[in-house]
Amino acid sequence: MRSSVIATVVSCALVLAACGSGGGAGEDEVNGDGKVVLDVAMDAGLEQAAVDAFDTRVAQFEKAHPDVDVRPREYTWTAATFTSQLAGGTIPDVFTVPFTDGRGLIERGQIADVSTLVAKLPYAKSFNPNVAKAGQATDGKQWAVPIAAYAQALHYNRTLFTQAGLDPDDPPSTWDEVRSAARQITARTGQAGYAQMTTDNTGGWVLATVDYSYGGRLETLKGDKATATIDTPELAKVLADVRSMRWDDNSMGANFLYDWAGINQDFAAGRIGMYVSGGGNYGNLVTQNALKPQDYGVTVLPLAGDRDAGVLGGGTLAVVSPKTGEKTRAAAVQWIDFFYMGKLTDSDAAVLNAKTQADSGQPVGTPDLPVLDRATWDAQQKWIAQYVNVPVDQLKPYTSRMFDQPLLPEPPKSTQDVYKILDNVVQTVLTDQNADIPTLLADAQSQAQALLDRG
Amino acid sequence: MAVKILPRPVRTAAVPARAPRRRRGPGTWLRGGGLSTLVFLLPLLLVFGFFSWGPIIQSVVMSVQETNLVTAAKFVGFDNFIAVFADPLLWTAVRNTLWFALLALLLGYPIPLVAAVLISEVRKRRGLFAALAYLPVVIPPVVAVLLWKFFFDAGPHGVFNTILGAVGLGPAQWLQDADSAMPSLVLEATWAAAGGTMIIYLAALAAVPPELYEAAEIDGASVWRKVWHVTLPNLRNVLLVMFILQIIGTAQVFLEPFLFTGGGPAHATTTVLLLIYDYAFADSLGGDYGKATALSLLLAAVLAVFSAVYFRVTRSWSTS
Repeated sequence: MRSSVIATVVSCALVLAACGSGGGAGEDEVNGDGKVVLDVAMDAGLEQAAVDAFDTRVAQFEKAHPDVDVRPREYTWTAATFTSQLAGGTIPDVFTVPFTDGRGLIERGQIADVSTLVAKLPYAKSFNPNVAKAGQATDGKQWAVPIAAYAQALHYNRTLFTQAGLDPDDPPSTWDEVRSAARQITARTGQAGYAQMTTDNTGGWVLATVDYSYGGRLETLKGDKATATIDTPELAKVLADVRSMRWDDNSMGANFLYDWAGINQDFAAGRIGMYVSGGGNYGNLVTQNALKPQDYGVTVLPLAGDRDAGVLGGGTLAVVSPKTGEKTRAAAVQWIDFFYMGKLTDSDAAVLNAKTQADSGQPVGTPDLPVLDRATWDAQQKWIAQYVNVPVDQLKPYTSRMFDQPLLPEPPKSTQDVYKILDNVVQTVLTDQNADIPTLLADAQSQAQALLDRG
Repeated sequence: MAVKILPRPVRTAAVPARAPRRRRGPGTWLRGGGLSTLVFLLPLLLVFGFFSWGPIIQSVVMSVQETNLVTAAKFVGFDNFIAVFADPLLWTAVRNTLWFALLALLLGYPIPLVAAVLISEVRKRRGLFAALAYLPVVIPPVVAVLLWKFFFDAGPHGVFNTILGAVGLGPAQWLQDADSAMPSLVLEATWAAAGGTMIIYLAALAAVPPELYEAAEIDGASVWRKVWHVTLPNLRNVLLVMFILQIIGTAQVFLEPFLFTGGGPAHATTTVLLLIYDYAFADSLGGDYGKATALSLLLAAVLAVFSAVYFRVTRSWSTS
């Protein structure tokens, strides 16, 4: 019986996890040659060229650190699998998590405290302060290293724009224009003009993004006390627009249960005209979803006139498993420095990385925001300029204006849980024509507040 | 040659007194093959204990703990059970699970039986028909779900909607609507599981004495009367067991809602097992394993009580 199998697997995972649980440092794994074994995260489902590029980087690291044996392991963060991997001890020694989880993982002791090692890195004091916070404990120690930062963006399919009679070099700059463009795409191509993620907490994530662009917020923080601000005119307006696009215009396609991977797949396959996601999504679309580069367009998120309007930011932290030993932790920070940070801080490393990526046909030059100071970011852009192989002109609607938009952090408390509550709200609006938006928001507000009160 | 005739033992009505049982010491046990029995049994006991009973015991312990499985666990008494009962989603999940079970019973229970009876009546190529009916069972469940996702595409060009469109119906919303999502899951689940049940019915049908059918035919019984008066009474035991197995299986439905809809739209397909999974794994900061195991134990207890009551009530219906 399949459900029994699942129950058994879950139980086994829990038991095996319990066997291996413990808060302190674990033991180092050493191979037959006396080298410290370091399991490092490699994106799951990469094309062979990307795997080859990764292996080349591993070889370069091992040459520079002959006492470390690096073993790549497939890993991609998803809310549903991350916690079981972490609890079950099957997570790599070095892995990545989104900004949203940094503080919570630190508070719960679920990642290793490598702040002493991080503090010794030459650029430790140069982190963009807003970005660094996501990986700091309450005492300011840097347990997790920010390796990438992004702002949400509006991705669009240039081919569908052209087929629909829209100008791909002049993408929508207001939500009203997004709506009319979506209508036109659906009418002329039969594809979804605009689609939205709704499952695995991504529904709340995108809803928060659009809410922020109207000047709304999901939470307000006074000291350590968080208050949910979900039942607001801004979010009601966002949902009313979504409802109009779905039920009046019928321009949102036929799938209302998209997660991050699913929407990327359908966008790359040319079934979606526009959608909202992280500004650096191009890499995933190309390496894991076979997007045709000529189809791709991206622009900044439309912001309403409200002075509080801003663009939701996010990013990625590199962290170390709490089950590692001291030597492994040292090697882990060396790997973070080499693999994730070197390309941002050191001209030789940046060039080597860009060349390796370019030689294997991987995208170089996908848009991102500064993890360190702006001067370092500008320098890094110059170092890799000759290897940039992404369609730079097609990214210009985004890259030319991404620094002009106010960047806002994600809701500070119980972020993923609040997003999950909003998944249900957006799903209801998209699948029930008679959905009562005020009641949905009132319910979500009380659920989120109860969650925040529990802490 | 004189033949000595031994008196035949006379069977008396009196029950002979039972000889006092000899106490078996370790030596007797050893000589009687006890050690070899234990040696052969030990691997099974260890594997069964570790992989079957170990998780169950661990679940009981975790249900009274607050733990993220990384830091030290904390004893919280019955707080997890109280939190589970206070969760409004629990009742949604129970309602959805009962709805799935009912639909699966209406659709999934009779279909394998009807298919088995029809195939058993076929004179030629019975094996081929049985193999074709069983085919969905050998398709890996995840592959089947991905396949059915194409079928359930709610656009006008989805597979099912194209078929509906050909007869002037649809397009239907299938998984994209709260009302039709659960029946859609049941449709796929029935397709996926019916073959397995049908094979069991076919085996049981093979054991029905053919002379009963011959006698019925001589008496002029129609096909329907043969099924009603011969087939079904002879399958009664199997039908009763398959019924309880189906109820237990549907109460634990997980794969279909997890892979098709993630519990949506708007919690319309959130089942009890999916809720357990969500407690344990949906929060990326370390799930609520205590609540997950508490609800697991509650589900196990409900199913155990249901099974006991069912077998007690249906004992008199059984032929054995």
